[in-house]
Amino acid sequence: MPALQSPLPGTFYRSASPDKPPYKVDGEAVAVGDVIGLIEVMKSFHEVKAETAGSAIRFVAENEEPVMAGAVLAELD
Amino acid sequence: MLKKLLIANRGEIAVRIIRAARDLGIETVAVYSDADATALHVQLADEAVNIGPPAAKKSYLNVDAILKAAHDTGCDSIHPGYGFLAENAGFSDAVSAAGLVFVGPSGDAIRLMGDKVAARSAAHAAGVPIVPGSLGRVDGIDAARHILIDTGFPVMIKAAAGGGGRGIRIAANLAEFEQAFPQAEAEALAAFGDGGLYMEKVITKARHIEVQVLADGADAIHCFERECSLQRRRQKVWEEAPSRALSPRLRDELCSSAVRLARAVNYSGAGTVEYLYDEDADRFYFIEMNTRIQVEHPVTEMITGIDLVAEMLRIAGGEPLRLLQSDITVKGHAIEVRLNAEDPARGFAPFPGTVAALCIPGGPGVRFDSMLYAGYAVPPFYDSLLAKLIVHAETREAAITRMARALSELQIDGLATTKPLFQALAADAAVQAGDFHTRWLEGWLETHAARLTPSLEP
Repeated sequence: MPALQSPLPGTFYRSASPDKPPYKVDGEAVAVGDVIGLIEVMKSFHEVKAETAGSAIRFVAENEEPVMAGAVLAELD
Repeated sequence: MLKKLLIANRGEIAVRIIRAARDLGIETVAVYSDADATALHVQLADEAVNIGPPAAKKSYLNVDAILKAAHDTGCDSIHPGYGFLAENAGFSDAVSAAGLVFVGPSGDAIRLMGDKVAARSAAHAAGVPIVPGSLGRVDGIDAARHILIDTGFPVMIKAAAGGGGRGIRIAANLAEFEQAFPQAEAEALAAFGDGGLYMEKVITKARHIEVQVLADGADAIHCFERECSLQRRRQKVWEEAPSRALSPRLRDELCSSAVRLARAVNYSGAGTVEYLYDEDADRFYFIEMNTRIQVEHPVTEMITGIDLVAEMLRIAGGEPLRLLQSDITVKGHAIEVRLNAEDPARGFAPFPGTVAALCIPGGPGVRFDSMLYAGYAVPPFYDSLLAKLIVHAETREAAITRMARALSELQIDGLATTKPLFQALAADAAVQAGDFHTRWLEGWLETHAARLTPSLEP
């Protein structure tokens, strides 16, 4: 099962801002290049894009939680 | 005098405040998040209390956790540092309501200066020059045309209910203005449900000059000015004191106006009144007042010999101002650079990591304010500021030479830092001549990217 990893250490966000819906919800299909979340590193925000496609995404990392570089953010079916 | 101080902050400023408190014989309590258990401020303080998870809003911005830590450790006072809760009026109120001393101004003073329109009105009332424009909302297009006599062009039209750069239009001439004003009104009404507009003169080439004040609620004095025109994305990167751009007469007018404002609002503690200086017109204009100690305060300390953080603690402890204005004189020139964990060769991308070898510059006229130590893992959750390198010398020219010397001694292995930027700036003819304005650095970066070689060897 392919996994989407965090390219950077920081704080993981599933939506662009607290009042916006998440980029992806569990079970949603993902295409290469789709944004699945943001990583905040030292007050700057970086989009996390899917490098592989999948028919259903399942998030492993929690919204607004700290992650290390290489941590699994989500798995793909 | 205060007896036991909680420092509601982290990083280099927490270290700086602990040092000042210890010099005065005040006990110190650090607070820290799960990500900062090994931080230097935690090691240096007499006691340390964990206040929550890494996310700032769950730790360093958690008022209840901070007040509980102060209560549990028997503190009589809290210093907020800069950033986080430093300019949160509700926090100042909450600290006072808990029976503790807030090292800073009252909640009311923070609130007044935090409201842009109220601050502008207070400055105007105190006889401080403000950027030409409307004093409040513009009452229709006829009134707007009248304001143009003061502002000239270009002029900025801003939605009163906007913010963060939203709802702003700039008109370069009368024809554009006649078109833009009604459009801005309609847009503001549609976007914010409020068609109210402000107008302000656009000053295209300005220097950023600010005045340090100290006040005890009754009286106020100034510690002269700092110039912080070298900025990237509105963030100061290189600050110095005094400013080479001011004539003695204008320096006197500028500093006096800051004291007038501090007195007018019964200010208490350390504060900074920020101005734009229009060099061509030889005029300065109030922008805002920051009601906290600032990152770049050491350059003022170097030229005046005053420990500003210690003075804040004395004032908070109930002492009246110890210094008379006539006691404060300027000696020499000081420059500070901000060493951030950012890679200038890659668009200043943040670079958290672990410090390997560390060599800190020293010798005459060199100061290094930092929380770094060899083996320290810089967490990715907070600001990228690692250290401030400050130099002091007899003249500006000698200070720049000394900055280049100190930078050549500095070695921070394991991280990319902004050191190459400052080496290039210290060697630049325009910087050496002091010939810059607030938008100069962004243009320079576009043409000098090649000089910013990576500081991290692969």
